Amino acid sequence: MGLMDKHEIIEKNATLLLVGSFLVVTVGGIVEIAPLFYLENTIEKVEGMRPYSPLELAGRNIYVREGCYTCHSQMIRPFRDEVERYGHYSLAAESMYDHPFQWGSKRTGPDLARVGDRYSNEWHVQHLIEPRSVVPESVMPSYAFLKETPLPVDEIAYHLEANRGVGVPYSDEMIAEAKADLLAQADPNADTSGVEARYPKAKLGDFDGNPAALTEMDALVAYLQMLGTLVDFSTYDEAAGYR
Amino acid sequence: MRHGTAIAGIGIMTFLALVAAAFARDAQFAAHMWVLFFVLLGSAVVLLRNTSFSPAGPAVDERSGYMDGPIRYGAIATLFWGIAGFLVGVVVALQLAFPDLNIEPWLSFGRLRPLHTSAVVFAFGGNALIASSFYVVQRTCRARLFGGDLAWFVFWGYQLFIVMAATGYLLGITQSREYAEPEWYVDLWLTIVWVAYLVVFLGTIFKRKEPHIYVANWFYLSFIVTIAMLHVVNNLAIPVSFFGSKSYSAFAGVQDALTQWWYGHNAVGFFLTAGFLGMMYYFVPKQVNRPVYSYRLSIIHFWALIFLYIWAGPHHLHYTALPDWAQTLGMVFSIMLWMPSWGGMINGLMTLSGAWDKLRTDPVLRLMVLAIAFYGMSTFEGPMMSIKAVNSLSHYTDWTIGHVHSGALGWVGMISFAAVYYMVPKLWYRERLYSLRLVTWHFWLATLGIVVYAAVMWVSGIQQGLMWREYDDQGFLVYSFAESVAAMFPYYVVRAMGGALYLAGALVMVWNITMTILGHQREEAPIGGAAPALQPAE
Repeated sequence: MGLMDKHEIIEKNATLLLVGSFLVVTVGGIVEIAPLFYLENTIEKVEGMRPYSPLELAGRNIYVREGCYTCHSQMIRPFRDEVERYGHYSLAAESMYDHPFQWGSKRTGPDLARVGDRYSNEWHVQHLIEPRSVVPESVMPSYAFLKETPLPVDEIAYHLEANRGVGVPYSDEMIAEAKADLLAQADPNADTSGVEARYPKAKLGDFDGNPAALTEMDALVAYLQMLGTLVDFSTYDEAAGYR
Repeated sequence: MRHGTAIAGIGIMTFLALVAAAFARDAQFAAHMWVLFFVLLGSAVVLLRNTSFSPAGPAVDERSGYMDGPIRYGAIATLFWGIAGFLVGVVVALQLAFPDLNIEPWLSFGRLRPLHTSAVVFAFGGNALIASSFYVVQRTCRARLFGGDLAWFVFWGYQLFIVMAATGYLLGITQSREYAEPEWYVDLWLTIVWVAYLVVFLGTIFKRKEPHIYVANWFYLSFIVTIAMLHVVNNLAIPVSFFGSKSYSAFAGVQDALTQWWYGHNAVGFFLTAGFLGMMYYFVPKQVNRPVYSYRLSIIHFWALIFLYIWAGPHHLHYTALPDWAQTLGMVFSIMLWMPSWGGMINGLMTLSGAWDKLRTDPVLRLMVLAIAFYGMSTFEGPMMSIKAVNSLSHYTDWTIGHVHSGALGWVGMISFAAVYYMVPKLWYRERLYSLRLVTWHFWLATLGIVVYAAVMWVSGIQQGLMWREYDDQGFLVYSFAESVAAMFPYYVVRAMGGALYLAGALVMVWNITMTILGHQREEAPIGGAAPALQPAE
């Protein structure tokens, strides 16, 4: 075993061992991950995807903060039962603006990738306040405090800017209007033409059942209600994705 | 002045924490900075009370000739965080069975689960790794730790990281990247501590008096280097403000998912496997007093393991929107990984050849052998679950949770316990442990706990997977999702019991180790299994 004897050289030289093992562990990552950034077919082209509206983004941050991903996936696999239960299987493009992704790894509760428009706002609020009052079998914690917690709005433009920094195509106009858009989207009496133009298909109005206050509940429900609603699958050409 | 640099450094950091709290842009960050402020203030006060202004004398000489202070603290920290992590584990297990145990907002499942995983992986496992690596590298290199007090910085810096991560989770500060949840500023701190760790470890190797670097140190070194790489790349993010807790990942969607699971799986591969294999390669031969079974096998084991592990990440993303080629690649490498894993297991187990009889009398060795057995079992189960057809059933279910725990409780936990049992009498210059009978109790409580846990999670996981895909004759789904949730109740209760048994075992260990450190030795007869008195041949 000549090769094994040569191993002695590495065993006696810490620098070689360090450099050698570092090189060996980098290979896999370079071969597997790097191509995802430049292979064009990693993300199929679909119509309808847009960055999150300021209110949706704020809601998404609450979703992240509360660790919803520890029990809910947002990734429908292409199986008959999943597609029947949750809707069309998830496309890569549908999470193209997700920093970070929320695909999840465990379904203690159901998948939420297409939960938008499935239930009313009232249902979501009731469910978040007292889950077992609408789903008796549920083991979900209560999130009643969200309805009592005012949503901080002053920093939202910086959040959009940070997202632009990592590649989300927020325009200057979107950033300038961020706070106004956030307030308008959750206000049933506001002029919403600006929000609708900048964020097509955005859900509008009061979400938490209390138009007088803008709460974290408003933001979270606004986010849940848009999940999976952006891509119009009646126009999605599945075959175009085949290669 | 004793602790002069440390007091100055902590003083500056305390002031900065106060400034950050004052200028905080969001409520969580302000709260977190207040936590940091009080932790640092407390540390500064403790150090000031222990300082003396006489000129610094030569470092206190240890009887062993090695720098064992940080290792002693590390052994205690390992047990402390172990109990904390297991306890939170039992709590979250009970929350899944009895949801009214969730206390919003700070103690709900979504915030406690990262606390549990991080406490066990990074606080318990991390302290066991740092302490044991410092122990092993000094003794196999016959050299004191490099860098003097830098080793203390590594120890205390790492505890600060743990405290900041844990309190952050409770406040809702998270990146939502599994096993990498701490936000950008805590990540930066860990990077500094980790580089210091590398410097201490590598520096000690450089000044070794042995010509060869012992195999355990290869594993420790690759673990330290790889974790540094994974940590830095996976946590690339842009903070919203330097006075705010929130950041946005540099990657999105599909790329973000693969980067995260490249990290996530190698947190398992390098933190929970390579590092602990370093432990195995030192403590098993020492405990049985036999050389490692095969030198060649250890070379193959090392290079094959570190090369193959890094590819396995995509098996966490089977049938997702990740391109098929990456999924298949991940699956193939995961299956190949079975070979070096079992090569390592064989190398560890066969080290006992000629000394198997010691299993009858030495419960610490029994812990080691059980750890290696669980290493073998979970590294068989893992590749099996990475097969796409199996994964289509197991993914998203409790089966994965059971698999993780057979590795974490069985392999990581048991080998760490054994290492602490081995090190403590030597670190405190005690003749032996307080009680071997208590080690036997620990062994059986922990074993029973793991078996209950893993078995129950197999049943619940497979049942979940089957219920979700069950169709009736007319082609309708048989079960609603809620029915599958309700069906889990008995399993979740029994799972919590399994966890409680494991926790009970760890508490027995804390008692045993405390008494050992205090210098007590229990007079006792060994439990059963003692070799019968030899009879002359008739």
